[in-house]
Amino acid sequence: MRRKKECVAMLLAGGQGSRLFALTNNIAKPAVAFGAKYRIIDFPLSNCINSGIDTVGVLTQYQPLILNEYIGNGQPWDLDRAFGGVHILSPYQAKARSTWYEGTANAIYQNMHFMKMYNPDYVLILSGDHIYKMDYAAMLQAHIDKGADCTIAAIEVPLSEASRFGILNTNPDGSIYQFEEKPKVPKSTLASMGIYIFTAEKLFKYLEEDEADPNSSKDFGKDVLPAMLNAGEKMFSYLFEGYWKDVGTIASLWQANMDLLGDPPAFDVNDKSWKIHSRNPLAPPEYIGDSAIVKNSMVALGCEIEGTVEHSVLGSNVIVEKGAVVKDAVVLANSVIRAGASVSYSIIDENVTVGKNAVIGVERNPKAEIVVLGRDITVGDGVKVLSGQKNEKNILA
Amino acid sequence: MAASAVGVIFSNLHEENVPELVRRRTIASVPFGGRYRLIDFPLSNMVNAGITTVGIMTNNNYRSLIDHLGSGKDWDLARKDGGIILLPPFSDENENLYKTRLEALKSVTGFLARRQENYVVLSDCDGVARIDISDILDYHEEKNADITMVTHYEEVEKTANYMLIGADKEGRVNEVKLNPRIRGKAKADVYINVMVFNRQFLLNLVEDSIAHGDTSFESDVIAKQLNSLKIYRYDFRGYYAGIHSMAAYYKHNMELLNKEVRDELFGARDIYTKVRDSAPSKYGEETVVRNSLISDGCEIEGVVENSILFRGVKVARGAVVRNSIIMQDNIIGAYASLDCVITDKNVVISDRRNLSGCEVLPYFIQKGTLL
Repeated sequence: MRRKKECVAMLLAGGQGSRLFALTNNIAKPAVAFGAKYRIIDFPLSNCINSGIDTVGVLTQYQPLILNEYIGNGQPWDLDRAFGGVHILSPYQAKARSTWYEGTANAIYQNMHFMKMYNPDYVLILSGDHIYKMDYAAMLQAHIDKGADCTIAAIEVPLSEASRFGILNTNPDGSIYQFEEKPKVPKSTLASMGIYIFTAEKLFKYLEEDEADPNSSKDFGKDVLPAMLNAGEKMFSYLFEGYWKDVGTIASLWQANMDLLGDPPAFDVNDKSWKIHSRNPLAPPEYIGDSAIVKNSMVALGCEIEGTVEHSVLGSNVIVEKGAVVKDAVVLANSVIRAGASVSYSIIDENVTVGKNAVIGVERNPKAEIVVLGRDITVGDGVKVLSGQKNEKNILA
Repeated sequence: MAASAVGVIFSNLHEENVPELVRRRTIASVPFGGRYRLIDFPLSNMVNAGITTVGIMTNNNYRSLIDHLGSGKDWDLARKDGGIILLPPFSDENENLYKTRLEALKSVTGFLARRQENYVVLSDCDGVARIDISDILDYHEEKNADITMVTHYEEVEKTANYMLIGADKEGRVNEVKLNPRIRGKAKADVYINVMVFNRQFLLNLVEDSIAHGDTSFESDVIAKQLNSLKIYRYDFRGYYAGIHSMAAYYKHNMELLNKEVRDELFGARDIYTKVRDSAPSKYGEETVVRNSLISDGCEIEGVVENSILFRGVKVARGAVVRNSIIMQDNIIGAYASLDCVITDKNVVISDRRNLSGCEVLPYFIQKGTLL
């Protein structure tokens, strides 16, 4: 008998994430750091292994270096497998054509041979820009129970926000009769999460047809799903109830980080029943000094804190010197906040140095905007960086 | 680049130093410094010197050690050739489990004979230090030594068992004192249980010693052959924490609260350990943490001062932990108060419980105790 996998996951990780400004200058969105020690892609990868799905193709295209390095052989997620495991799928040159991935459907189409290698019954399509814990096995079971051709995970959103999403209009049994991409006047508040399970043969058929259609934009939401619906395929929504956050903007990325704080937190990463796996920094425990105040915060290994940290999330090996104050901020790995500096309502990328007595951002208030300091930059002593500034170069004076 | 060497780590020697901590584990797997086990230090030193084959001698109680080491991948020692090789004892009706280093070495001559490396580095697990082993190997080669013994000049305690080393200007060892009586405060060159040999020389030496009916490597082999063997000492000048007693264990953990000690141990090269995928630690609204080392997975609501918290410790609201070492997955209940306490893994301290010891005699609570 041919070896096979019941379900293969395909994770779309090509996104540039241009709304994250300097944070994605050099790295793909799924590799953006989150929650002190994680990267966004840890969440879908952990969901996969926790759901018993051990074969994952990660489709990369934009700035893949850090993402590739991070995923490596997949061992941190227990995805280094003799048959299956995690595989990076980059665009490649072929005899007949060589193109970049054009749209989500085309990206999956170009990796048809990868999926077919595992002879799957089902294919799970994921994106790499959400923070959530989800049991894909339960969704797959629902797909099987309903005899569906395609199941779309959906979440209830407030009516005021519904027009930002792909909206599913469903019958009482959960079957979808209409799919509207960002409707001006939404008929329902059931938003697609961009998580699809297809019965494999149907997916392959519709991807072939979509590829052959010169008028298609090669997108799942715009082309493939409507085509399946028009052809009368059985499509169901699968209601997800729980925390789910698109971290595609600076504001939502900041908020998702803050959602880890509090007791109980809106989103718990210290959940023994659903462990979030990640590559771990090699660092000693964090040291909280004699003059330090650390409150309502999350702090990763290797930090050395002598100043004040309040309502903030600190990545590994961050240094906060004496008299420095970090408040309502996300500070990523290896950054240094020098003595007397103040950092408020900001996202500080990896390996940034904030000089002595520098002032970054303003106290959080309804009018304030988040400051972003990009990777590897230095802010000089005493420099002021105003609310809402997005910086990717050194600011020395 | 230093010459090729194979490492051998003794996981059970000196367990009498910290009897409370080794009831259900080897000294190698004694937790240290918030997220480490003692074996992480010699093992990381070997890895950082480019050693890719390390035999680990076990005798008994090594379940926790096997669990800690796993495949060796966390030390980059999951290798096709070599890597971590556990060397548990053989036993039959004529042969009991070995008791001494010499008997232990005898039992691994087969392993050492099959290796190709020129040198063997032996290390015990009773010391915490970041030692540049390639520098010792260079020294060993330069001196054309048969044996190089690593020493550390330090203040000696009355209670501990030492091997004190005397050497000439060239570093050639000319005096060995085993378990000497120590009067008052004194400093001496203490052998810190790290030794380098030419591999073939070690094999011959062990064979000869057994033929002569020797039983102790230290007193029968080393001490008696100072003149006939070229034994040199390598003077290690860095930070060294000898785990000679429970008080020393406590003291050296607490020394990690000094920045200089942390920088030296963790600054230049990595100290590897088993990865547990814990979440980052969380600090609550009313938390007060001062001068403490906090590992990942902790959730702190109370007060923690001058203490070391291992992974996954919960300190409830109103609890006060001072001058204490709290090991993995402890729960410290609300308004409980701990001072100079060492709690082993998985201890639960009930609400409002008061416990205290003193610095020279910290109060020790056994693994899994519900108090």
